[in-house]
Amino acid sequence: MNISYRKHTLANGLDVLLHEDRSCPIVAVNLWYHVGSKNETPGHTGFAHLFEHLMFEGSKHHDKGFFPPLQGAGASLNGSTNADRTNYWELLPSNALELALWMESDRMGYLLPALTDAKFKNQRDVVLNERRQNYENRPYGLAPMAMLAALFPPDHPYHWTTIGEIADLNAAHVDDVREFFATYYHPANASLSIAGDIDSDAALDLARRYFDDLPAGPAVMPVRPDTPPLGAESRFVLEDRVELPRLHIGWIAPAMFAHGDADLDLACDILANGKTSRLYRRLVYEQRVATDVSAAQNSREIAGFVQVAATAAPGHTLAELERAIVEEIGKLADEGPTEDEIQRGRTQAETQFVFRLQSIGGFGGKSDQLNAYNVFVNDPDYFQPDLERYRRVTRESLQSAVHTYLTTSRRAVLSIVPKGKTILAMPGSQPTRVS
Amino acid sequence: MSADRSRLPIPGPARPYHFPRIDKSGLPNGVRVWTVNHASIPIVTLSLLIRRGAADDPPGREGLAAVTVDMMDEGSGDRSAIEIHEALSRLGGQLDSDIGADGTVLTVTCLNRFLGPALTLLADIVARPSLREVDFERVRQLRLHRLTQLRDMPGAVADRAFVKLLYGSHPYGHTPLGNEPSLSSLTVDHVRDFHESVIRPGDATLVVAGDCDHQEVERLAADAFGDWTAATASATPKTVPLPHPARLNIIPRPGAPQSELRIGQVAASRSTPDYHALVAANMVLGGQFVSRINLNLREEKGLTYGARTSFDFRRMAGPFSLQVSVQTAGTAQAIHESLDEIAAIRGSRPVTTDELAMGVAALTRGYARNFETAEQLGRAVTQIALYDLPDDYFDQFVPTLERVTPADVTRVTTDYLDPSRLTTLVVGDYDSIGRDLGRLDLGHATLLSADTF
Repeated sequence: MNISYRKHTLANGLDVLLHEDRSCPIVAVNLWYHVGSKNETPGHTGFAHLFEHLMFEGSKHHDKGFFPPLQGAGASLNGSTNADRTNYWELLPSNALELALWMESDRMGYLLPALTDAKFKNQRDVVLNERRQNYENRPYGLAPMAMLAALFPPDHPYHWTTIGEIADLNAAHVDDVREFFATYYHPANASLSIAGDIDSDAALDLARRYFDDLPAGPAVMPVRPDTPPLGAESRFVLEDRVELPRLHIGWIAPAMFAHGDADLDLACDILANGKTSRLYRRLVYEQRVATDVSAAQNSREIAGFVQVAATAAPGHTLAELERAIVEEIGKLADEGPTEDEIQRGRTQAETQFVFRLQSIGGFGGKSDQLNAYNVFVNDPDYFQPDLERYRRVTRESLQSAVHTYLTTSRRAVLSIVPKGKTILAMPGSQPTRVS
Repeated sequence: MSADRSRLPIPGPARPYHFPRIDKSGLPNGVRVWTVNHASIPIVTLSLLIRRGAADDPPGREGLAAVTVDMMDEGSGDRSAIEIHEALSRLGGQLDSDIGADGTVLTVTCLNRFLGPALTLLADIVARPSLREVDFERVRQLRLHRLTQLRDMPGAVADRAFVKLLYGSHPYGHTPLGNEPSLSSLTVDHVRDFHESVIRPGDATLVVAGDCDHQEVERLAADAFGDWTAATASATPKTVPLPHPARLNIIPRPGAPQSELRIGQVAASRSTPDYHALVAANMVLGGQFVSRINLNLREEKGLTYGARTSFDFRRMAGPFSLQVSVQTAGTAQAIHESLDEIAAIRGSRPVTTDELAMGVAALTRGYARNFETAEQLGRAVTQIALYDLPDDYFDQFVPTLERVTPADVTRVTTDYLDPSRLTTLVVGDYDSIGRDLGRLDLGHATLLSADTF
């Protein structure tokens, strides 16, 4: 399984990836900057994401909203920031490709002349409202803050969430934007992918026309801190406006594409993804002690983390859920998956990879995946090797990963309980606050 | 050639797009079999549409349709729910159930080499579910827990309360989830009766989109669905007079950092001749990022992460609504601005030619991107089946929308939106915002409790 593509690196360091798929008269433009909240420092959290918002507020030669010309041309568009990268994309009729390249190149080259303090403050207010809507005013919404803080030490770049801390956002200054832009937003720290109804030669000419004359910036030093293993188990409790207590258990895990990453991904599916999973079957279907259960390997550039979460049904305790989770993990480590589970996991993986080839644009479309592989492994056509990782998983390798990483003695246990009901937390939990 | 940054490039003519042909046939028991060929990737999407939904819940049994749909994948023949899902996952497929007021769609997407077994599984689920009492108790209990948890989700509280305010005891007056008293009163026999009399082959359309051949689908569908027989149909839902809700309603949420707002009224049905003009009007008012309300509340005032309006077109008149979360201190201001924008588009600040052109272009110029994947095509075709739209509906959409004039927008917003009847609901910190709300000139605020919905 692969997708045909061409890659050219411009003199200023910008990678340009081209993929032709002429089945629908649309084209996807996708631009990654290799910067995320991992490039922030304590006291300045949330900045990479706030910066992303400012990228939609106009640039020197088009000093008004980024949306109107593109939406008027029939585009859908968006951007997103996570710990490792920031991406921007447009999906538009193929006749409007040049417009998207004009717009993207203008904000890559000429954002700062259009930056004002008023824009900065307005978007900071918008981001504070995004934080209220998606975290503070949402049940269990502060769990990511508490879990990341428990898993990674304070100076580790995964200690904080991408949305950032309120105090840091309030302390951010428009001058910080200038420095951030100069450091991270330039061709050599970016990857541009164009996919869909294009002629590769013509699309490359257009990309050259708009991006060739943008100056290369300073090399960005990779962020590669050590991720210390957890020394022991820690237990925390967070009070929230919720009806039912929820248990989160987190472990440090291998980084994206590292040895053990695919094994833990499949292990999480076997444990708690869907009605066939072991924990769903036991906790929700048979014993009915939980209302839901989930598990995920969160693969990131520097390190990963596994998180299992379950909500207690009324009348049941988090300790009951914890015991069952520990038992099922232990069983998976000791006895391994069944042959049927391995086979289903492989079929699911193959299907998911084919599904991912359906769309050229948007989050997760082919243009986005080409950039992901290019930025993270320097090989845009990494589909097949990536799939091979899942095909290579065996009973033994999965057992070994579960045994190595999902240990009871080195984990973070977070109880989220209704306000005033810390008694419902796992025994020995320390109160924690998030900001 | 270097870049000319003095002006934006103007796109040339677009490559035309045509919606693919829908091949249609039917089984003797009334199941319609529709296919759309789309062969770029070896994937098929199978959707089984039943043209009945949550509006068919009998009064007092709100939530029954959704519980029934939930029960359909809980076992078939001698297979348990777990075994059904194991069979699905061996095909790499997942089942999605989507229940709305007017219709229910069960969808499986898988590699096309699994088309036959996937159709058989889908038929087992829809036509031959076990509907066992032990599974019913668990499914109902999980839904009751879900209701409990939703009390803490301001958006869900607002959605559930708002349809009740607008529709009262009308078939659209509840969400598919139902409420605690109604769910508590259900028995497995209600589910069996509902499945028998409402989930029927005569109301079913099988839509298969993707890398498939119509004749083969028809043959496999006959094998899978051929034995499905119809009982007597239950009556379709009856409309009842709509209530007259207070203009301002508040569900207190002490200490909330944001207020969840809904503003709206019962507006238009899917069959209205003004459909395209209303779609265009909504784009300008609140249907896109650059709409009046979003630019006002987010980009000018920074009160929210985003605001959206929509017309929910249904078989009977569906709601128009504005949905937004705003920071607590800006609640009254956001309501005032929103009501002002809705009133203004009806005449005092009518849409300009440019605004309308921009809103229309946002839908028409990128139209092809709605039909890129098998799932998107399948979803589009189920809309045709659900609302009896003509086969060339999607090809006609663009030229019809492009004929909408600013005068049309003024007329339909005047006809369908009435500021004196708009109902506002706030889920927020009443102690902080009550005084400001009192100055809004919306009459006496009605205080409601989240527990009553």
